[in-house]
Amino acid sequence: MPGAGQVRAIRDRMRSVENTAKVTKAMELVAASKMRRAQDRALAARPYAEQMRAVLLRLASSTDTSGGDDSHPLLEQRPVSHFAFIHITANRGLAGGLNSNMNRAGAALALEHQPDVDRVSVISVGRKGRDFFRRAGFPQLAEFTDLGDYPTVSDTLPISRIVVNDYIAGEIDQVYIGFQRFVNTAIQRPTVRQILPIQPPEDDEEMGEDVAAGGSVDFIFEPSPAGLLETLLPRYVEMQVYGAILEAMASEQSARMVAMRAATDAAEEMVAGLTLTYNKARQELITSELLDIVGGTAAVER
Amino acid sequence: MPLNVSIVTAEREVSTRDDVQRLIVPTTEGQITLLPGHAALMASLDIGEMVAVAGGDRDPMVVHGGFIQILRDQVTVLADAAESIDEIDEARAEAARERAAERVEGRYTLEEALDMARARRALLRAQARIRIYRKYRGM
Repeated sequence: MPGAGQVRAIRDRMRSVENTAKVTKAMELVAASKMRRAQDRALAARPYAEQMRAVLLRLASSTDTSGGDDSHPLLEQRPVSHFAFIHITANRGLAGGLNSNMNRAGAALALEHQPDVDRVSVISVGRKGRDFFRRAGFPQLAEFTDLGDYPTVSDTLPISRIVVNDYIAGEIDQVYIGFQRFVNTAIQRPTVRQILPIQPPEDDEEMGEDVAAGGSVDFIFEPSPAGLLETLLPRYVEMQVYGAILEAMASEQSARMVAMRAATDAAEEMVAGLTLTYNKARQELITSELLDIVGGTAAVER
Repeated sequence: MPLNVSIVTAEREVSTRDDVQRLIVPTTEGQITLLPGHAALMASLDIGEMVAVAGGDRDPMVVHGGFIQILRDQVTVLADAAESIDEIDEARAEAARERAAERVEGRYTLEEALDMARARRALLRAQARIRIYRKYRGM
């Protein structure tokens, strides 16, 4: 027999879950509007990145990028004693498995390289990854936790500048970047790539026939292939960092929207279940009170 | 056959048009004019004025460095930044020019000296913006 207190407890629980649903619904809507803009920005950056890859491919095929003495320092392969990677995560949680998946991928990368090198360092972008690697006890070369929701190229320049300068100075010998690649609203993939030394892109199918067709053409280079490389290579690194961060931002908002939608749905389902239990309990309470009254009256009449 | 010109920056696709008869671009080696049938070329861009001429119309833009590539009448401009005249806010550009000029001319410490190259480029950009704006919007 449910008592009045039990009925009230169910009602309080319903209220509480309803409030949670309101909060998650609001977060879902905020994420949805940020997501649209973040996705647009990530997609808008792709044509430039593709063209740049094409230009670099063409330049690389007409200059010596094998790592010889006269090649650019950013192409120079050397024995790795200090391995560093840029680890991009969100500042906030409540985005499903987004951050923990990224942290797991980052940890796997660190552990994979650790046995072969003297030092592994992290450059963390985003609080979640920073805290993770801090707890794991990895040295951090730098941390960036205030990029905002829509970073511009100049916001991300300090990140690429650190790795480029340290690489040229010989402080670090190899740099990777890890981020959640945006596939679509439902799918984000933890992705790790080497950014230094620069590996000239392979001549692959992805580039389209326009680029492939240009492969055999004799180009005029002004000022010279080496001169162009000199300006292009640092920018190529900057672009990869910028592109990765935009992808990560689009992934973050998408993952958060999906996670919050799932939370709202779950909360609403729970409210529906509780409503059923509540009504049943209330009905039983009324019935038992009625029985008491009826029983009482019968006793008096007798 | 006119030129097909697409201008992209890291942040957006600025414009794409396929009716350009002449394209005047500032390269680091000097100003060049691209006509249909131009040999395949890859060049680095300077800060300055880029003009697309189509059917007697001149469409001027300010480009802030980058790369240009022409291959079979297909021109790709990979600009660090590019703005059409309408996008330039003269007052803002003027303010930026003054700030940059101060930094370039002002006294600076060693650490600030490392930023000089950047300040100088900012000054060049602001000057180009103003110069080209005034050329087309009168002053």
